[in-house]
Amino acid sequence: MNKELSLDLYKKLFLVRRAEEYIVKHYPENEMKCPMHMSMGQEAISVGVCAALKPEDQVFASYRSHAAFLAKTEDTDLFFAELYGRATGTAQGKSGSMHLAAPNQGYMYSSGIVASCIPLAVGAAYANKYLMKPQVACVFLGDGALDTGAFWESLNVASLMALPALFIVEDNGYAVNTPVDARQSFKDLVDIARSFGCNAWKSDSTDVEVIYSLTVNAIKLSRMIGKPSLLHFKCYRYLEHVGIHEDFNMGYRTRNEYLDWYKRDPITLQRNRLSRMGYRDGELERIEGSINAKIETSIIKAKETHHPKPEELYRGVFYENNLL
Amino acid sequence: MERDPAVFVYGISINSHSRVFGTTAGLVEQFGKERCFETPISEETMLGFGLGASINGLRPIHVHLRVDFLILAMNQLLNMVSNYNYATAGKVKIPLVIRAIVGRGWGQGSQHSKSLHSYFAHIPGLKVVLPTTPYDAKGLLISSIRDNNPVVFIEHRWLYWAEADVPEDPYTIPLGEGNILRSGKDITIVATSWMNVEALKAAEILKRKADVDVEIVDPRTIAPLNDDLIITSVKKTGHCLVADNDWVHCGFGAEVAARVSEKCFGYLKSPVKRIGWEHTPCPTVRVLENKFYSNAETIIRLVESILQLPSADLSNEDFYSHEKHFMGPF
Repeated sequence: MNKELSLDLYKKLFLVRRAEEYIVKHYPENEMKCPMHMSMGQEAISVGVCAALKPEDQVFASYRSHAAFLAKTEDTDLFFAELYGRATGTAQGKSGSMHLAAPNQGYMYSSGIVASCIPLAVGAAYANKYLMKPQVACVFLGDGALDTGAFWESLNVASLMALPALFIVEDNGYAVNTPVDARQSFKDLVDIARSFGCNAWKSDSTDVEVIYSLTVNAIKLSRMIGKPSLLHFKCYRYLEHVGIHEDFNMGYRTRNEYLDWYKRDPITLQRNRLSRMGYRDGELERIEGSINAKIETSIIKAKETHHPKPEELYRGVFYENNLL
Repeated sequence: MERDPAVFVYGISINSHSRVFGTTAGLVEQFGKERCFETPISEETMLGFGLGASINGLRPIHVHLRVDFLILAMNQLLNMVSNYNYATAGKVKIPLVIRAIVGRGWGQGSQHSKSLHSYFAHIPGLKVVLPTTPYDAKGLLISSIRDNNPVVFIEHRWLYWAEADVPEDPYTIPLGEGNILRSGKDITIVATSWMNVEALKAAEILKRKADVDVEIVDPRTIAPLNDDLIITSVKKTGHCLVADNDWVHCGFGAEVAARVSEKCFGYLKSPVKRIGWEHTPCPTVRVLENKFYSNAETIIRLVESILQLPSADLSNEDFYSHEKHFMGPF
């Protein structure tokens, strides 16, 4: 891994973490009026995977999609404008946090319903193959999605049709507050996925560079042998299922569990690596300062922009320029 | 498919011997399995697959052998397909056609006979089309394929037996335009799908027996619904009967009745009447199935009651029986 790539990965990690920290700071002002499913703690997966993707590759995700959206687009203007419900957002505030989409930047959609974007990625992969476009369709899903039929159907279809789809499982161990062992009887997703004929790997690393490398290899192998790939990453969600607070007093998980994971916090890990590589603190602080400034500017711009006009309610129900 | 290589057809068992009642005949031979393929029995995933393929530049046609089977994919239809444009500010084409077939007769029972068009029409972001005549079936299907929005295309199986001259060349019929199937001055019947056939039969008998001139309006597209033809017709006749190929409660007939009441209030000489299916699951056995469905006779009796005519003797009339065409097994 070269120094520049390591720094680039850190910048993206920091951007995603800091953007959410700003959400935590500003959310109580009650201007971002939509449910927020925070990515905090899980950022290394989105950042590592998206860094391994090419700009033309496509990303689909769930409602816990802030990290994937920002890792793919880095577009904090668009992001905050949508969260603030402003006319410059991805859908002029009609989508909010749960349905982020920026198809012209390769970020195709986020769904508020578990697993619902997975079939889209499979169909997108089919179109890419059919049209002989080399791009990959990548879908982020949580361990909750493994409970659904749509996931297994999609794994089957993508494997059966040998489609260039990339399934990224972000397994934070809980579907809302229900732990995996209360929901799933199978033990090893990777074994099962392989039996479908899908390439599959697992890792519990929070190291963005490990995740990046695994993804690069997965995509390479998928391209070479024309099969989908699945990467099963264990991770930890720092905040409550939805909202900006901790929830260690809710009884379903402990602060100690969090503290164990926090020892391997992905942002800290990567910053320490950069220090070992010879980046000075001052240098890193300057970089972090410029990312802070970028986010603050996006928030100010969003707040200064007007809300959608009333007639906007009716726009976008159908495609604007209809017939061929 | 010849015109546009982006069009492909897929669904459960679409290449099996019956070729979806003949509607996919020859396609796999001409266009190959890449453009005409069978899928696992995974309705939800395969509809989401269609959405993913359509936003990536293809024009999928997803075939469901029964509307009842499409219900397995309602999450994708209502939560994903219908919302995607709104989430992308109307900037992405979704040229996705969802064909779904209404079964009826010879024991189709409660899980092979639904239509549910009002169910789909209730959802913003979907277009809902129900052709009746062969001419409309071709023109509306081509329009649906060329449309850049999701279209639910409901086909009544019995209408595959309809015969008429249809132009060889491709042509389109704009989605959202109705059609006057029969002109008349005495009463308006708004009918959907198969019920247009029953309405035409009823109109012929009513003309012969009672000199009543029925006007039949087939809306063809119920979402979006352009009600101009309906409103103009009811203002002319002063009477309106909706013959819907579906359950009546909360159905398409209620929408028509409401619009007619809003827009033709001063013109109405009688309350709007609705007929459709009895409010039960569809029974399998024929004697009960006959009672479950409305037909030309139901329409005639209701028109007679609305227009305060004596009951005509229908004992020698030849009403439609699917058994002339169809003896199973599915």
